[in-house]
Amino acid sequence: MTALVLKAEGLSKTFRSHGRIVKALDNVSLALGRGETLGLAGPSGSGKSTFARVVLRLIAPDSGRVEIDGEDWLALGGRRLRARRRHVQMVFQDPLSAFNPRATVGGVLSDPLRIHALATRNERPHLVDELLERVGLSPELARRAIHEISGGQRQRVAIARALATRPSLIVLDEAVSALDVSLRGRILELLAGIQKAEGISYIFVSHDLAAVRIISHRVAIMDEGRIVETGPTESVISNPQSATAQTLVESVPKLALRPE
Amino acid sequence: MREFAARFIRSPEGVAGLVLTTCLLAMALSAPYLFPRDPLSIVGRPLLAPFADPAFPLGTDRLGRDVLAGLMHGARTSLLVGISAAVVAILAGAIVGTLAGFSSGWFDEALMRVVDAFQIVPGFLLALAFVSVMGASLPLIVLAIALGAWTGPARLARAEVLSIRERDYVAAAWVIGMHPLEIAFKEVLPNALPPVLALVSVIVAGAVLTEAALSFLGLGDPNIVTWGSMIAEGRNVLRTAPFLSIVPGLGLVAMVLGVYLLGEGLVEALARRRIRQ
Repeated sequence: MTALVLKAEGLSKTFRSHGRIVKALDNVSLALGRGETLGLAGPSGSGKSTFARVVLRLIAPDSGRVEIDGEDWLALGGRRLRARRRHVQMVFQDPLSAFNPRATVGGVLSDPLRIHALATRNERPHLVDELLERVGLSPELARRAIHEISGGQRQRVAIARALATRPSLIVLDEAVSALDVSLRGRILELLAGIQKAEGISYIFVSHDLAAVRIISHRVAIMDEGRIVETGPTESVISNPQSATAQTLVESVPKLALRPE
Repeated sequence: MREFAARFIRSPEGVAGLVLTTCLLAMALSAPYLFPRDPLSIVGRPLLAPFADPAFPLGTDRLGRDVLAGLMHGARTSLLVGISAAVVAILAGAIVGTLAGFSSGWFDEALMRVVDAFQIVPGFLLALAFVSVMGASLPLIVLAIALGAWTGPARLARAEVLSIRERDYVAAAWVIGMHPLEIAFKEVLPNALPPVLALVSVIVAGAVLTEAALSFLGLGDPNIVTWGSMIAEGRNVLRTAPFLSIVPGLGLVAMVLGVYLLGEGLVEALARRRIRQ
């Protein structure tokens, strides 16, 4: 096992809304190696998105520790945090709401290059073209507005945006759930291909075990803020131990019929 | 854009407003060419009735100044003050509202208490106090009027920003390491602006009236002819020459009505597009 990209220990987060207390994360610990994909599955409200957002420093946990590439991720702030953010990127579920409605494809992809000074002003258009080609899109799309391209193209642009900063970890939060089935397969293939070429680690958050199975090396099953089961993908799916994992496996008919 | 124009044409109030404001704008723009002389200069016999002398179609005032020239040049002042005050108020309101809504916490609280403080003082009193302390020049009058008008845009912008800052694309901007100020002003503010811009017509109309009221009380710039000062001037001979007050008064009515109707039409055309989307 190579060095760990992500190490999360004892993460807890409680939300209070309208007098109700919801334990979104309850002492969650996870680790992820370089070039590895961790599938994070669970029913809705199980805390998997909260975990993703804590790892992205979009929300602060109540307690616990997160290390990215061996560095204390929660201790960073201000300018240093913004600079380090380039190592952890994200692809959102809804490819439309993940972009500023006024943005153009080229603008979306050159923003991270500009912010992290990864290219001079003159080099940027060239790098944008390269990013588009890497996710299987024509460089001509760069001039188009985000609302002018299709949902599948948008999700590819979202992946290109995540790749722009050459991150070591990409969090895919239900990244294929909003796409139709035929597109889903092609996007998953694209992600797997990119991982093979560059050794990026993924956290693949999904409620859909069929998609999780295609791309993940390991899975962690979450329920009510806790990790209830974790292990290699095939063994968890063929022989689920926890009640939550069993329900998730049964909800995908094909998986239950072919247990090998 | 063409589609938007088509929808706008279909609203009768919008068209009426457009016609009125276009006429007034034409008056304001052509004033220095049609009446190159200072409208405050004495050009004829005093208190000439309208339509009596073809040289002065709307007559002359107590000092023998051309009423038509005053009306045209007054349209210039009214429009200039109205639009400038609205621009200043919207700009200041949008910036304060965005900062408040985006930062949240104590900074938000502090900014909104400042907004409260401005809002509890009637706008006209605020302008009156400001002008009597600072003096009456056109830029100061614009500032004085904006001082009482920026709180509405600030509240509206803040409410919009509060909802927009939870959207995915704002989270995405954080994730790529964008500076918070850039997120606030480049990602959030432009999308919070449309409902705030709907206030423009109301603010312009209000500013035109406030400016007229200030001039009427003699707190306007004495070197510039305004409708308010013309009405005040005519008040002294209201019984013998009522037209001196009525003519600029009608101008004021046309201006406020025109701007307001135009704004209504624009907002309605925009709303129809949103419903269809």
